[in-house]
Amino acid sequence: MRRVPWLSVLVIATMLVMAILAPLLAPHSPIDQTLRDKLLPPFWFEGGSGKYLLGTDAFGRDILSRLIYGARVSLIVAALALTVGGGVGLVIGILAGYLGGMVETILMRLVDAAFTFPAILFALLLAVTMGQGLGTLVIAISLLLWASFARIIRGEVLALKQRDFVALAKVRGCSQLRIMLSHILPNVLNTFMVLVTLNIGVVIIAEAALSFLGAGIPPPTPTWGLMVSEGRGRIAEAWWVSLIPGLAITALVLSVNLFGDWLRDQLDPRLRQQ
Amino acid sequence: MSKDNVLEVRDLVTYFFLRRGVVKAVDGVSFDLKRGEVLGLVGESGCGKSLTALSIMRLLPKGSARTLGGEVRLNGDNILTRSQREMREIRGRRISMILQDPQTSLNPVFSIGEQMREAIFRRTRRSKTEVLQEAVAALRRVEIAAPEQRIGQFPHQLSGGMKQRVVGAIAISGHPEVLIADEPTTALDVTIQLQYLKLLQHLQAETGMAILFITHDFGVVARMCHRVAVMYAGRIVECGPVARIFEQPSHPYTQALIASVPGTSRTSGARLTTIDGQPPSLLNLPPGCRFAARCAHVQARCRDAYPPSITVAAEHAAACWRLASA
Repeated sequence: MRRVPWLSVLVIATMLVMAILAPLLAPHSPIDQTLRDKLLPPFWFEGGSGKYLLGTDAFGRDILSRLIYGARVSLIVAALALTVGGGVGLVIGILAGYLGGMVETILMRLVDAAFTFPAILFALLLAVTMGQGLGTLVIAISLLLWASFARIIRGEVLALKQRDFVALAKVRGCSQLRIMLSHILPNVLNTFMVLVTLNIGVVIIAEAALSFLGAGIPPPTPTWGLMVSEGRGRIAEAWWVSLIPGLAITALVLSVNLFGDWLRDQLDPRLRQQ
Repeated sequence: MSKDNVLEVRDLVTYFFLRRGVVKAVDGVSFDLKRGEVLGLVGESGCGKSLTALSIMRLLPKGSARTLGGEVRLNGDNILTRSQREMREIRGRRISMILQDPQTSLNPVFSIGEQMREAIFRRTRRSKTEVLQEAVAALRRVEIAAPEQRIGQFPHQLSGGMKQRVVGAIAISGHPEVLIADEPTTALDVTIQLQYLKLLQHLQAETGMAILFITHDFGVVARMCHRVAVMYAGRIVECGPVARIFEQPSHPYTQALIASVPGTSRTSGARLTTIDGQPPSLLNLPPGCRFAARCAHVQARCRDAYPPSITVAAEHAAACWRLASA
């Protein structure tokens, strides 16, 4: 049996705590600029200062504080976008796969259309019409996600509905809704969980891209993606500005993936030892 | 409607409508199932046995298949005219079903207990402990040892035979009047098959339910059934008491089928006989007898018109022109 991935749990828990208790934990304001102290390296390097443990960026803002506050936005965006986008994809995948016929044809053509849709362009359009902000970001990223969820879940459902337990549920007199909810849904939850963990990285990077293009959270508010892109111009001399939030993203994505693997094993009765 | 019959099927017609044409998979099937009887429905693959069962349950595959005519009378009440909502009340409580493959008949993510609870709760709406007690009792009835432990286990922890017992327990938990068993032992190995057949017989005697037993195996029919209906290319060609059909099969197809069962041919040591040729395509059926092309006794009129069903003896009828002239 796979053991609980404690390191992943620790990383995820740390980031959650950072996000929740940001005002208490951050040593400085994430927004206030101290131009005198700009581009200081982390404290263990020459020229680093104990005042700014992870250094400062081009505006003299404390990177540690921005990282702590940035966890908020990044985690909230990831959670909301995966809930909305993944949830829509899950529902559409089950409906299309199980009901078949016209419902399937219409829904899956919509999915095909979504794949050809320029998500970035749409996000920019949304930003212009709705204004920048969390809502815009979540809608834009959800639009990017739902189609791939729907397609994969539908495939699973197509295989599942051929199994005899679905036929026997009908023999017992279960309604279509009941079969979808209590026989199909629990069987695709594993796949769904794996898709969620795999897509957390996609979401955080999409958030970064959209924030960079100006369709995300407006600039002074720190997000991890935005921090990476802010340091891009000075990557040669002040690498820490990009690298530190980049490492945070890597650590989160990796931890969530490992945790997701473990979770999948836990959810599957065939892999769970009694 | 005779009082003895729990299920009467009359001229049931179910076709598949495909782009290539119309597949006449069930083409005018009629039979009676008496109270407390086991009726075998025998025939080779693709002759329409399973589709007959699905037509009775009104669970045809979505899209191309449709039941066009006939009647399915459950205690005199034609269920083909009922709405799907009413059918949901009938399924599980009055007619139930067991399918061939125990490996996929149970939902892999729920424990045995949870799956049994769903079936029992839907019907009785009783408290959790009562439902649990009933589930344990149902498992005991299908002769599962230590049901209290089994109830917490998942399908993958049970053997195929055990799973099929659980499927049986769920199927009969609603005390149905009719159980349709669609090749329930085909996926089990031979020793387990025998145990399962004995169990079904035992349950049938205990509960008095009628069983429509679908199989391709005449050996199983001999062991299980009181009467047998032989199906060929979408129609029933012969129907009668099992002992009589084995002694004096009237239809050439039945004769050939029985002759090709190992151990039943009278001259032991003789080569096993086979039936030459293939059944006709259900897309393009001949106007006359469907077995004519493979029949050793074929006459001219066999090719022109489908033979009427002729009563050979009490409860024994066959559709063959040879019997008409006799």
